[in-house]
Amino acid sequence: MHLLVCGGTGCRASESAGIEAKLKSELEKRSLDQSVQVISTGCFGFCEKGPIVKVMPDNTFYTQVTPADAETIVAEHVVKGRRVESLIYTDPSSKEKVEESAKMGFYKKQLRIALRNCGFINPENVDEYIARDGYLALGNIITGMKPQEAIEIMKESGLRGRGGAGFPTGLKWDLTARTEADQKYVVCNADEGDPGAFMDRSILEGDPHSVLEAMAICGYCIGSDKGLIYIRAEYPLAIERLKIALSQAREYGLLGNNIMGTEFSFDIELRYGAGAFVCGEETALIHSMEGLRGEPTLKPPFPSESGYNGKPTNVNNVETLANIPVIYLKGAKWFSSIGTEKSKGTKVFALAGKINNVGLIEVPMGTTLREVIFEIGGGIKDGKKFKSVQTGGPSGGCLTEKHLDTPIDFDNLIAAGSMMGSGGMIVMDEDDCMVSMARYYLEFTVEESCGKCAPCRIGNKRLHELLDHICKGNGKLEDLDRLVNMSNVIKDTSLCGLGQSSPNPVLSTINNFKDEYDAHVTDKKCPAGQCRDLMEYFIIEENCVGCTACARVCPVAAITGERKEPHLINPAICIKCGACMEKCKFDAIIIQ
Amino acid sequence: MEKVKSLADLKKISESFKKGIDLREKSSHPDDIVQVKVAMATCGIASGAKETMEYLSSELEKRGIEAIVTQTGCMGYCYAEPTIEVTLPGQNPVVYGEVDIRKADEIIEKYIKTGELVNGIIPQNYETID
Amino acid sequence: MSKIKLTIDNRQVEVESGTTIYKAARELGIDIPVLCYMDLHDLNIENKPAGCRICVVEVEGRRNLAPSCSTNCEEGMVVKSHSVRVLNARRTVMEFILSDHPKECLTCLKSGHCELQDMAVKLGIREIPGEAIAEMSTYRLDTSPSIVRNLDKCIMCRRCETMCNDIQTVGALSAIHRGFMAVVAPAFEQNLEHSTCTYCGQCVAVCPTGALTEVNHTNEVLRHLADPSKTVVVQTAPAVRAALGEEFGMEPGELVTGKMVSALRSLGFDFVFDTDFAADLTIMEEATELLSRLQNHLEGDGTARLPILTSCCPGWVNFFETNFPELKDVPSTAKSPQQMFGAIAKTYFAEKQNIKREDMIVVSVMPCLAKKYECQREEFSTDGNPDVDISISTRELAAFIRQANIDFKTLPDEEFDNPMGESTGAGVIFGTTGGVIEAAVRTAYELHTGKKLEKVDFEQLRGLEGVREASIDFNGLELRIGIAHGLGNARKLLNDVRDGKSKYHAIEIMACPGGCIGGGGQPFHHGKSEILKARASALYREDQDKPIRKSHENPFIKVLYDEFLGEPNSEKAHKLLHTHYFDKKKRITIKQ
Repeated sequence: MHLLVCGGTGCRASESAGIEAKLKSELEKRSLDQSVQVISTGCFGFCEKGPIVKVMPDNTFYTQVTPADAETIVAEHVVKGRRVESLIYTDPSSKEKVEESAKMGFYKKQLRIALRNCGFINPENVDEYIARDGYLALGNIITGMKPQEAIEIMKESGLRGRGGAGFPTGLKWDLTARTEADQKYVVCNADEGDPGAFMDRSILEGDPHSVLEAMAICGYCIGSDKGLIYIRAEYPLAIERLKIALSQAREYGLLGNNIMGTEFSFDIELRYGAGAFVCGEETALIHSMEGLRGEPTLKPPFPSESGYNGKPTNVNNVETLANIPVIYLKGAKWFSSIGTEKSKGTKVFALAGKINNVGLIEVPMGTTLREVIFEIGGGIKDGKKFKSVQTGGPSGGCLTEKHLDTPIDFDNLIAAGSMMGSGGMIVMDEDDCMVSMARYYLEFTVEESCGKCAPCRIGNKRLHELLDHICKGNGKLEDLDRLVNMSNVIKDTSLCGLGQSSPNPVLSTINNFKDEYDAHVTDKKCPAGQCRDLMEYFIIEENCVGCTACARVCPVAAITGERKEPHLINPAICIKCGACMEKCKFDAIIIQ
Repeated sequence: MEKVKSLADLKKISESFKKGIDLREKSSHPDDIVQVKVAMATCGIASGAKETMEYLSSELEKRGIEAIVTQTGCMGYCYAEPTIEVTLPGQNPVVYGEVDIRKADEIIEKYIKTGELVNGIIPQNYETID
Repeated sequence: MSKIKLTIDNRQVEVESGTTIYKAARELGIDIPVLCYMDLHDLNIENKPAGCRICVVEVEGRRNLAPSCSTNCEEGMVVKSHSVRVLNARRTVMEFILSDHPKECLTCLKSGHCELQDMAVKLGIREIPGEAIAEMSTYRLDTSPSIVRNLDKCIMCRRCETMCNDIQTVGALSAIHRGFMAVVAPAFEQNLEHSTCTYCGQCVAVCPTGALTEVNHTNEVLRHLADPSKTVVVQTAPAVRAALGEEFGMEPGELVTGKMVSALRSLGFDFVFDTDFAADLTIMEEATELLSRLQNHLEGDGTARLPILTSCCPGWVNFFETNFPELKDVPSTAKSPQQMFGAIAKTYFAEKQNIKREDMIVVSVMPCLAKKYECQREEFSTDGNPDVDISISTRELAAFIRQANIDFKTLPDEEFDNPMGESTGAGVIFGTTGGVIEAAVRTAYELHTGKKLEKVDFEQLRGLEGVREASIDFNGLELRIGIAHGLGNARKLLNDVRDGKSKYHAIEIMACPGGCIGGGGQPFHHGKSEILKARASALYREDQDKPIRKSHENPFIKVLYDEFLGEPNSEKAHKLLHTHYFDKKKRITIKQ
């Protein structure tokens, strides 16, 4: 028998270490320590109800266990084989006790469709992919379906583009299919660029064939025999795995001429991006592939009419493509049964920031932010208070406490003032200053703007400067109006999606954290304690023993005081380096 | 490699691999073999998955344990890289996190040799579509 | 073409499908302000990157404002061109642009002709919010023999890039860097001198601000005029007289030959001559060369290369030396009129006047910036003393006249000095596309056939089509002529010549669209192609009114041959009036 004790950060904070020790000592007392082992595990993803103890092999799942409960578990469950009813999880909706973890709802919080093969198959072995029904969808379609029938299935499935904008994939295919041309192209957009996002990289590294298969399916549907994968050169492993996958698929004849004995031919080439964020925008991406400067052009014309080399081009993102083969295998109805009314299926997120379980997750559309952050993500690090979650990358917005129960889908996030984006999700706690956060994102967009249109090129720079000004304590109340006006104009007038959304972090933080901005401009204070220019170091008289350590370490001699007397920091000299605070052994120095 | 010339060809290959031909080719008694998968995506490799994988392959061989060690993609547990999945014959797979060389040694000695679980299990927290 | 109905500012308008909102508005008399946009439709030049976002309008039902210059009209569209939202956006974007533009209007060469300045006036910008903390994007100043690049003033309208790449196919300029630092420059931010630049000056001609300007040589001219030991001779190119008046508020196409001569005299030039005289001389040499090559070719001489290419345009010479060095034996070896003038002035004329070479200064007034480079070429000097000392542009002359407080409009008409002031109608039309070859045909015909031309006007050689061709009956011999203006058009003909597929006996090439009348040194046309048309017809008018219209009938040219040169293509003529070309591919270096 095994007793699994959750050792995830969330549960550790609620004394799981104590439970583990107590279980061990109880077992020892009864001389059961040889036959029953106590194992500490990673996070179960159910931190709200932690600490968790799971008994194997009968899969009993105990929630909110205390060290005191350890004795009961050993005495009742281990010795007598009786489940401890009081510790068993009660399903909040059915009010029923759920004993076995497999039946518990929270396991259904994550559903892996796009990631179905990631971490499961060897990405460098096409046979493993084939064993998982790989290329079967392609085979079924090209031997038994007309392109238009396959497009209809894609439309019925309700799949929307996972790159950010959420355009219906079936409709996009249909538009490209309907444009007449001697040559068309299927492009996979693998130019993932949001800070902290790595969904597409993981898919390409873990399951490259599903992307290749989906591109071939798309090729058949729109009438194209040529695919291009635009991938950033900073993804060497993904590139290598794609190359291996391409050559294996070609060896099997799953790419190339007359695939599976049909008239359909399709092959794929790799194109490397140099890492410009804006090249994720489809017109910029196409220009970059054409050898031109990677900058967007006005749409229309859309790539479906005039794309790569002026030919109709269908551009889909990696995650979108990874969903496609399985939609054809399991059917449009199956797929559209998952998710919300207007956003079907699942979405992969890269969880990052002040969250315990940093990682890659995939949840059905409609999952709430709370479930993602507090259950799957294991809650906030170090027991701090949740403040905000940033979705949609640099173009997204910051959502707050009041948005936590918003079901995640394309439309809800936009309504809440953010966006889905490609799936970055950065969690912030009480120590994060929202003004500096907005400044950070603006720094990114200033860096990554292509510079083609004036509002994005210059406007974002001005926004960044003004935010910096405010963070340094030089802001005035009217600056906030200017921030809002500049942001609105940049959104309203920029050429492409980058500029049209780059002020979102500013607008959403002003909307949701107005008091923090006010504190910066009127009181010259940073409530989160992050803006160094607004902070002052103080010595608490009662705690200071006059050891002089701080005065000796101060590089600018800002600290004075007699030995064994409380010291004093001169704020006019202090450069806020923090050396004194680090040196003080008596917690006498604080920052305010 | 034979070309896949028809849909029937593809289905045949798929079936044959589902039955684990691969395993059988590598071992005379496939039912007794230990399977280890190492998550070798960029995130895993950056945290040392390559060393872990090399160590596992060579040590399992040295210690006379019949096992196949393969690579796979990201399992999603970035906070606990490197991660590996161990499947003992006839049992459900178990995922371990933060598997450095010391941990790998412990997993071989305890879990693989004796079936005794060791600390650092990562519980599966998602549903699959299979 | 189908018709589309839409509403702009509550007024209905019907336009062809494919019409932009900007053009549709113009049909209603609504002049939406544009900045980066430039349209010279008669020359097939349209620059509409939709980058400045000044021309944005509100389109009902659209989330963002639309750039009217590049948004096509749609059936039933409702457009507001000056709603509060639009006006605020336009103003804010303009403030952005100005916040990154040096406030050097008082000393800027472009002041008074600056489109950015005009726009600031039009939009009533009176202050630039946040100016105090606004960083400016600054770049290294680049000075070449002809063009100065002061990119601090670049507003990224991309007109120069369109000109350099799409129209001229020179490829010297393109956008580099990203975001705030994005700017138009040669590859690797090289100096123009190390790029493929031909100094055609078309970038300068279209630059809305002072970012690209000519190297100003007026002060140098002034210095020589003030030096009593120097005899300063000036020559004026044919295209100058058709445009100079524009600088003084006169109608485009108003010929100001007499006023120009008068102004030059009052400025203190010792001799005011006409480059047209040298153009007649060029025809004597070039037509003779053409006939002799043709003769040899017809007699089966394989070394006689045809077609012969005109060589009076220095931008064009730079272009083939850089892009087609393998063809450097094909163009006529005749020097350009500017250089023939210099060579004759500092020999024949200097001897006649008994002036030492080093005491004579030859100044040329040209519609061209490449001429500045041309006169600095080493092969056009004797013992370090250049045949032409200084070349100034039409614009520089105008500025000079203004500085001297000369009331240009009221000046009396005066005549050029002799002997180098007398010219024929053939010399005059050198200034427009098709003119050089027409002049050459007038002479070549009579020399070849020995018959008098019935009609000197060759309408079939005139017009603004980018590439034109004509056949002329030379007494049974069909002379096939090709004409190209704009280097992109030239490249098309050159590719054929290189591949041995050219069907022409003679080709005239001018680097600038429209020929010299549209030169890089002419008064700014601000995108109005009617101006170019008016200038061209002015030259044809002057030709018509000339008593002598064939170069070989110019009495002073006859005297020049009789007294000094002997006959066309004589040894002396070769020494003074012919040149050779260089492979300049190697000039392009990439220094990191």
